[in-house]
Amino acid sequence: MEFAELIKTPRADNVVLHRPFHLAVEGTLCLTGHHLIFSCGTSSPPLEDPVFSGIVLSYFLSCCRFVGSLGTIVIKCKDLRIIQLDIPGMEECLNIASSIEALSTLDSVTLMYPFFYRPMFEVLEDGWSSFLLEQEFELLSSLTNEWRLSCVNKEFSVCPSYPPVVIVPKSVDDEALRKVALFRHGGRFPVLSYYHKKNGMAMLRSSQPLTGTNGRRCKEDEKLINATLRSGRRGFVIDTRPLAVAQQARARGGGFEQEVHYPQWRRIHKHIERFNILQESFIKLVEACNDQSHNMDRWLSKLEASNWLTHIKELLTAACLAAQCIDRESASVLVHGSEGTDSTLQVTSLAQIILDPRCRTIRGFEALVVREWLQAGHPFQQRCAQSAYSNSKQKWEAPVFLLFLECVWQIHRQFPCSFEFNEQFLIMLFEHAYASQFGTFLGNSENERAKLKLPQKTMSLWSWVNRPEELGRFQNPLYEANSLVIWPSVAPQSLQLWEGVFLRWNRPSKFLEEAEEERINIIRYNKELQAKVNALRRQLAEMEVQQEVQEQP
Amino acid sequence: VENVRLLDRLSSRRAVVGTLYLTATHVIFVENGSETRKETWVLHSQISSIEKQATTATGCPLLIRCKNFQVIQLVIPQERDCHDVYISLIRLARPVKYEELYCFSFNPKLDKEEREQGWKLVDLNEEYNRMGVPNNYWQISDVNRDYGVCDSYPTEVYVPKSATAHIIVGSSKFRSRRRFPALSYYCKGNNASICRSSQPLSGFSARCLEDEQMLQAIRKANPGSDFIYVVDTRPKLNAMANRAAGKGYENEDNYSNIKFQFIGIENIHVMRNSLQKMLEVCELKSPSMSDFLWGLENSGWLKHIKAIMDAGVFIAKAVAEEGVSVLVHCSDGWDRTAQVCSVASLLLDPYYRTMKGFMVLIEKDWVSFGHKFNHRYGNLDGDPKEISPVIDQFIECVWQLMEQFPCAFEFNERFLIHIQHHIYSCQFGNFLCNSQKERRELKVRERTYSLWAHLWKNRADYLNPLYRSDHSQTQGTLHPQIAPCNFLYKFWSGMYNRFEKGLHPRQSVTDYLMAVKEETQQLEEELEVLQERLANLQKSQSGNNKVKSKQQDQSKQFGLYTSNNSLANTPQEYSNDLKSFPSRSPSQGDEDSALILTQDNLKSSDPDLSANSDQESGVEDLSCRSPSGGGCLPSEDSGKDSDEAVFLAG
Repeated sequence: MEFAELIKTPRADNVVLHRPFHLAVEGTLCLTGHHLIFSCGTSSPPLEDPVFSGIVLSYFLSCCRFVGSLGTIVIKCKDLRIIQLDIPGMEECLNIASSIEALSTLDSVTLMYPFFYRPMFEVLEDGWSSFLLEQEFELLSSLTNEWRLSCVNKEFSVCPSYPPVVIVPKSVDDEALRKVALFRHGGRFPVLSYYHKKNGMAMLRSSQPLTGTNGRRCKEDEKLINATLRSGRRGFVIDTRPLAVAQQARARGGGFEQEVHYPQWRRIHKHIERFNILQESFIKLVEACNDQSHNMDRWLSKLEASNWLTHIKELLTAACLAAQCIDRESASVLVHGSEGTDSTLQVTSLAQIILDPRCRTIRGFEALVVREWLQAGHPFQQRCAQSAYSNSKQKWEAPVFLLFLECVWQIHRQFPCSFEFNEQFLIMLFEHAYASQFGTFLGNSENERAKLKLPQKTMSLWSWVNRPEELGRFQNPLYEANSLVIWPSVAPQSLQLWEGVFLRWNRPSKFLEEAEEERINIIRYNKELQAKVNALRRQLAEMEVQQEVQEQP
Repeated sequence: VENVRLLDRLSSRRAVVGTLYLTATHVIFVENGSETRKETWVLHSQISSIEKQATTATGCPLLIRCKNFQVIQLVIPQERDCHDVYISLIRLARPVKYEELYCFSFNPKLDKEEREQGWKLVDLNEEYNRMGVPNNYWQISDVNRDYGVCDSYPTEVYVPKSATAHIIVGSSKFRSRRRFPALSYYCKGNNASICRSSQPLSGFSARCLEDEQMLQAIRKANPGSDFIYVVDTRPKLNAMANRAAGKGYENEDNYSNIKFQFIGIENIHVMRNSLQKMLEVCELKSPSMSDFLWGLENSGWLKHIKAIMDAGVFIAKAVAEEGVSVLVHCSDGWDRTAQVCSVASLLLDPYYRTMKGFMVLIEKDWVSFGHKFNHRYGNLDGDPKEISPVIDQFIECVWQLMEQFPCAFEFNERFLIHIQHHIYSCQFGNFLCNSQKERRELKVRERTYSLWAHLWKNRADYLNPLYRSDHSQTQGTLHPQIAPCNFLYKFWSGMYNRFEKGLHPRQSVTDYLMAVKEETQQLEEELEVLQERLANLQKSQSGNNKVKSKQQDQSKQFGLYTSNNSLANTPQEYSNDLKSFPSRSPSQGDEDSALILTQDNLKSSDPDLSANSDQESGVEDLSCRSPSGGGCLPSEDSGKDSDEAVFLAG
């Protein structure tokens, strides 16, 4: 298929662009395979926002609507921004609208922008090989020898959604792993997610066991997870479904670990909502945020009705619980829900943010996203397809990753000096998960990514982010390494709406940006002074020594 | 009373045993712990209500709610003791004479001169001069010299030059409580002004020529505009109901060149109930998110805050953008009018966003114009129906603006919280009584101290590190957004859950930046010294003036300033399911509890005013800010301050 077939009107003049908090501007609109480009003529008033003066308005097109017969297109982007274009000429307007619609909902992955994008920067480090599990394992082996790297899934044959290598208890061989895989939903047998070096406790993740109604058991499964326990100690299974749902799952062949077969494990059910409910909540919240009425009651009741913050609270609570079991109870933990690709990953990754100072650094957080989301088989392509404005119901769509990012933001807000990255970094990840010029978030698993040959054909997000030029934007000026476990408060009073994402386009950001700038300047000035003072001290000390030498005859 | 248990609201199993003392001015609870003896001090005047609950097996619970939103839960072993404490507190918390209040016994050890200096810090004459009056249009009027016209107004008021004494007196007779239109804020740039008054006694048809002339005079004082806005801050329905009682609002037909506008801010009773409802939400034990949001919405509190803000925005816009003068009133013109005028002034004039200016603003719009502090904040025992969080709402408006304009204010959140605290504490004389007249009669200035001087002395603690007087945000009028989705009105947990430290961010950006700035200043000084020494050394290269300076040692202090991670870091009650878990080794437990004390010690030095001793009230926690330490070094897991109770709580 040629893009040209979809573009009937590649260019329109005298288009007026409307955005909240900006003056309307007139200019020329151009449509290409992946971009909508708006450039304003020299006659129009100068734009205060350079992003729009002739550059991209691209690749995050979510859906567009044709409003009335006035030749107006409303474009709702995946980053939740809404812009309006007035286009003279009915036909042009219709053409452009349908082209945008078609181009923004391309079926084939290989037609997507990452396959066409050619970077304008020099690649210093290939992001595709920046975060390998082997490196992670090396680190682990310096602490303990209880674990091993298994290549049982080399051909993705044991578990299609797992990466080729995983970390498992040393005492369990590949043969046993194959058997366990048959006992777990989608073959997702328990693997190591996190090792708490303070007390040697482990966090495992998997999918639900396939016990079914007749209580099937699997000796190898029991052996595998028991291998992570210290003698005489117990562990916790955190099931992200309420008990009733877990029980119902048995009728469909799923189930949960029963006490009889897992006497050393205590099961805790924590209710984390599944994807369709989250998506509904997401849509409702975004609707509330776009309600321009001046009514306070309406805003609060819409916020409440969206249930978004309830999901945040539940998720944070579950993650804190997992962290508490590991750090305070010195117990190993196994986390799973049904498939083990959504709520499970939210819990394990958030628990690591709480427990592990390394995950609060930029590099460490990237590694966490790669390890716990990309390699762990979160189906990004299914979940992050259309964002909040999809006009057709997307069955697999869900803001699972966004919820995780927001929880990180909530913890960040409570510990503003303990993270190396800033809010912008999280927002950037949100944007790229939904639409990107990079291939990192394409595909639903490592298996699919390998088949698409993404590392060869596309650029990795990490290759771009980790360049010093970009990193500067994402650094938190207040950061001071904090080696502690950070326990966030999950009380409603402590949780807030993530304005940076949800009100981003509806609030004037100028004042907040200025504040951030001010913070950076204060710190920068302090560092400069420190450097100067240190240099002077050194110089003085040298001179004094010289003088002493001179004095001594 | 001994062996009293102080319960922690957040985790019910966490309680400390100690001794309860009642003094003439404070309730003091001293923990039994031998090393720290953490003390909790509560001023009697802060006590809002005391509730004796049903006796249980462990003792008799006593619930003390404070006006600064602290809630203290005590369990007293003997019913008799509890009853005695209860009776005494009821009496002590409701003084009947001003002389019983703390400010008359409070002595910060300042001499007479210092005290007088303190009272002179905020000078309203100076303030009106700063605004640019008297001038060609406005003059000071001595018509109220002996409070003869209006006993709740100050002696000196500014009125339009063309308003003669006859007009003023005539107008005052046509206004509730004789509160005639007077100048609140004058905008030098365009002559527009904000005036304030009470409602006219118009009933259904009454007129008053002098009052009409008075409004004309206000209009004429602004030659650039051919009309004025009259803003009635009440809901229309309330204003109409007032007409039946011979009061009401201006009829546009009778007054030439006015534009009349209602802005529906509810009355003090609605506000009191609203706060009550919101505090109930704050006190909920482990509420769910929707309990909380629903309760917040249901209380209507943020809606009321928004209404006040909207009114202020309307007036600021009229003055700054349209150049039109505004007359503001409500019923008596001392509650909503004060709120709205001060919000508008704050938006219009950057001076009021400085520390000194903010003090001036409260002195001008609230204290001098007879806001009834005594009645509203229940300083003396009085009618509970008169109590209402009027100034609290204004203070919250300021905080909401600070959230939206982080660089625009010279002061920080702590400044607001401490002002709120002292409005109720009666430790300083500023907010005594209901009017200037009463304060003069009581000789407040001779017998008590001024809060402003106290805050000014400690101003380093109240600085907003992001404020720069030359920053663009500190210039000109602020234009806040109106719609809730553009301007997120937030629940102010720093105020209403002020004493639940566990709910707040564990690291304060403000404190961190303040520490950095302090260090920066030291570095600047050191840099200067070093450069000087370098110059000297270079000069006397051959000479032998060996300067032995302390700088070398001093330097170590800065090298690496520790983070102010005074993390109150315990896991909360994330689950009730962990009950039956095997307990941990006892040694670990001991270690933990030892650390609880140090942590608590750090916490107690937080800006917890009630915990401070007489002289040092309000003095900040230095350990938190000083770059050279105090905050615990995060060398090990801060989680050490854990306590088992958390896991076992049900």
